[in-house]
Amino acid sequence: MALGGVQGRGPRVFLPFRLAWRQLRHEKSRLAAAISGVVFACLLIFMQLGFMTALFESAVQVQKSLHADLFLMHSTTEALWRSTPFPRARLAQALAVPEVERVAPIYVQNVVWRNPKTSLKRTLLLFGVDPTSGVVGFPGLTADGLAAITKPDVILFDARAKPEFGAVSSWLAEGPVVSELGNRRVEVAGLFEIGATFGSEGNALTSEANFWRFVPNHTPAQVNVGAIMLRAGADATAAQAALRHILPDDVMVLTKPELIAFEKTYWANTAPVGFIFGLGVVIGLIVGCVIVYQILFSDISRHIGEYATLKAMGYTNGYLVRVVMGEALILAVLGYVPGWILGLGLYELASARIFIPLTMTVEKSIGVFALIFGMCVVSGLLAIRKLKDANPADMF
Amino acid sequence: MDAVRISGLTHRFGDGETAKPVLHGLDLSVAAGEVVLLTGPSGSGKTTLLTLIGGLRAVQEGSCVVLGTELAGADEATRVAVRRRVGFIFQHHNLLGFLTARQNVAMALEVDARLSEAKRLARADAMLDAVGIGDKARAYPATLSGGQRQRVAIARSLAHEPGLILADEPTAALDARTGHETMELLQRLAKEQHRTVFIVTHDPRIHDIADRIVAMEDGHIIEGAHA
Repeated sequence: MALGGVQGRGPRVFLPFRLAWRQLRHEKSRLAAAISGVVFACLLIFMQLGFMTALFESAVQVQKSLHADLFLMHSTTEALWRSTPFPRARLAQALAVPEVERVAPIYVQNVVWRNPKTSLKRTLLLFGVDPTSGVVGFPGLTADGLAAITKPDVILFDARAKPEFGAVSSWLAEGPVVSELGNRRVEVAGLFEIGATFGSEGNALTSEANFWRFVPNHTPAQVNVGAIMLRAGADATAAQAALRHILPDDVMVLTKPELIAFEKTYWANTAPVGFIFGLGVVIGLIVGCVIVYQILFSDISRHIGEYATLKAMGYTNGYLVRVVMGEALILAVLGYVPGWILGLGLYELASARIFIPLTMTVEKSIGVFALIFGMCVVSGLLAIRKLKDANPADMF
Repeated sequence: MDAVRISGLTHRFGDGETAKPVLHGLDLSVAAGEVVLLTGPSGSGKTTLLTLIGGLRAVQEGSCVVLGTELAGADEATRVAVRRRVGFIFQHHNLLGFLTARQNVAMALEVDARLSEAKRLARADAMLDAVGIGDKARAYPATLSGGQRQRVAIARSLAHEPGLILADEPTAALDARTGHETMELLQRLAKEQHRTVFIVTHDPRIHDIADRIVAMEDGHIIEGAHA
C-alpha cells in the first residue's frame, strides 16, 4: 500500500500505476535486476557526460582566464589553436568606439619545444602578450613571472603540460631551466597552470617582443585574438554592436561567454570529440533500453493469463498499456535515484583520484533523468505490443 | 426479461475453404435469475458459445443479446461494456498472483472506479465473508488451497453485482467434494442475490444445482434449449 495515499485523484492513471507497482514489488529479485539495469545505464551516461563536460571545460581554460570585455578574432578562425591572424589595425579602429577604454593584442602560435633531458621535440602553444596589460590571468601566474618575461628569450611554462615536455616544474625548483623553443635558446623563469587541452599538449607564455623572436615569420601586425577593455559602466552589448558596425567583416566581435561557447562548439561539432561521447551516451541508452524491454516483455509473457483475465473482466487494452507504461516509469524513477547517488560518488572519486573535475549540475541531473525516462518509455512502447497476445477468449 | 437471448447463432473458425463450423444456428434463452448448466462432450462448441455470450469473441452470424445488448456487429467498446456487467469464473481460478485475495476481488470493482477505495475494499471483504474465507482476505493466491482460490474467484465474479455470471468448467481443478461445495455456494449466492448463472461443465456431480440443463453436441443444442 506504499502508494495508497494518492488514491482518489485521477483513478484512470493512479489505479493502473498502483497495479504496476504491486506487480513489480511482488517479485523482489526481478525488481532488483530491473533496477540495476537502469542504474547501470544511468551511471554509464553520467560518466560519459561527466568526462565530456570536464574535457570541454579544460578546452576553454585559456579563454576563461582572459580578462577582457570583448574579443576580436578573424572571421575564418575555427578554434584558438589554429586561429587565423587579423590585421592589428582592427584594434586601432576599435578605439574609435567611445565605450572602448583600451585594447591589447594576443599572439598565439604552435612552436616546437625541445625537452632538454631527452632532446625530444614537441609542439606547444605559445602565447605572446603585453605582461602589463592584465589580459592574461592564467591560474598560477605570479607578478615575478610576468616581470621576468620582459627580459629577452624568457618564457613561463605550463606546469600541467604533458610529461613528455620534461619535468620543468621540478627542475625549476633546483635551478634555471634552459632549452630550445622555435630553434632558439630559451630560459624558463616561472610557471602557470593550464594543462593539456584538445588543441595543445602544453602551453607557454611570453612577452610580445619575445614571441616575435621565437616565431620570426609572425609579424606584430598579425594578431590572433584582440582583447578589448571597456570603460567602467559601459554596456557590453551596445559596444559589441558598435564595433560590429564600424569594423570590416574580416573580424568577429565576441563577448567572453561567446568566446567560450565558440571554442566549445568547435570541439563538440567540428572535431569528433562530441560525437565520441555522444556515442557513449547512446550505447548506455541502448543497453538500458534492452534490459528494461527484456524485463517488461518477460513480465507480460509470464502474466499473459492475468492480463487476459483482466481483459475478460472488462479492462480495456488502454488500461493494460497504462499498467505496462507505469512499470516502465516506476523503473525509471527507482533506477535513476540510486544511479544519481552512485554517479555523484563516482564524480567525487574521479575528481579526487584522477584530477578530472567532474561536476554534478542541475542541468546534467535533469538531462540524464529525461534520457532515462525516455529510455523506459521506449522500452515500454516496444513491450506493449506483446499485450496483443493477451486474448481473453483463450482463457476458456 | 431474458439475461441471454440467442437465435440463429452460427460460428466457424478459420476462413474460406478451411473454415471449420463449430456452432450451427443455435437458439437459446436464459431467463434472469436462472441457473443453467451447459453440458456436452469436448469439441461440442460449448466453450465457444460461452465466449460469444461473454463478449470475448465477435459474433459472426445470428443474434446474441446479452443483458439487453445486441452483440452481433458490436464493436470492441460495446463488448468491453458488456464484459463489465458479466462475472467470469475460470477453470483455473485465474487470480492475479501478485494481489491478495481482497485486492483480487476489488479488481472487479476498480474497472469503472466509481467507488472509493475504502468502499471497494469493504465490498471485497464482505464478498470474501459471504464465500466463507473472510479470514484469508490478506493472503496471496499461492498460499491458498484450490477450493479457497475458487471461492475467491466466485467472490470476484459476484462483487460488481453482475447481471450474468459465466463459468467455464469451474470444478475441473477441484476434487469432487470441494467442487460440489463451491458450486452449491455459487448457486446459493446467485439465488440470494437473484443473479443469472450460466455454467459450462461436463462434471455430472453438479447437475443438482441447476434449474435447467442444456446439452450440446457437434454444435447443436440437443436438449433443454427452452425452459
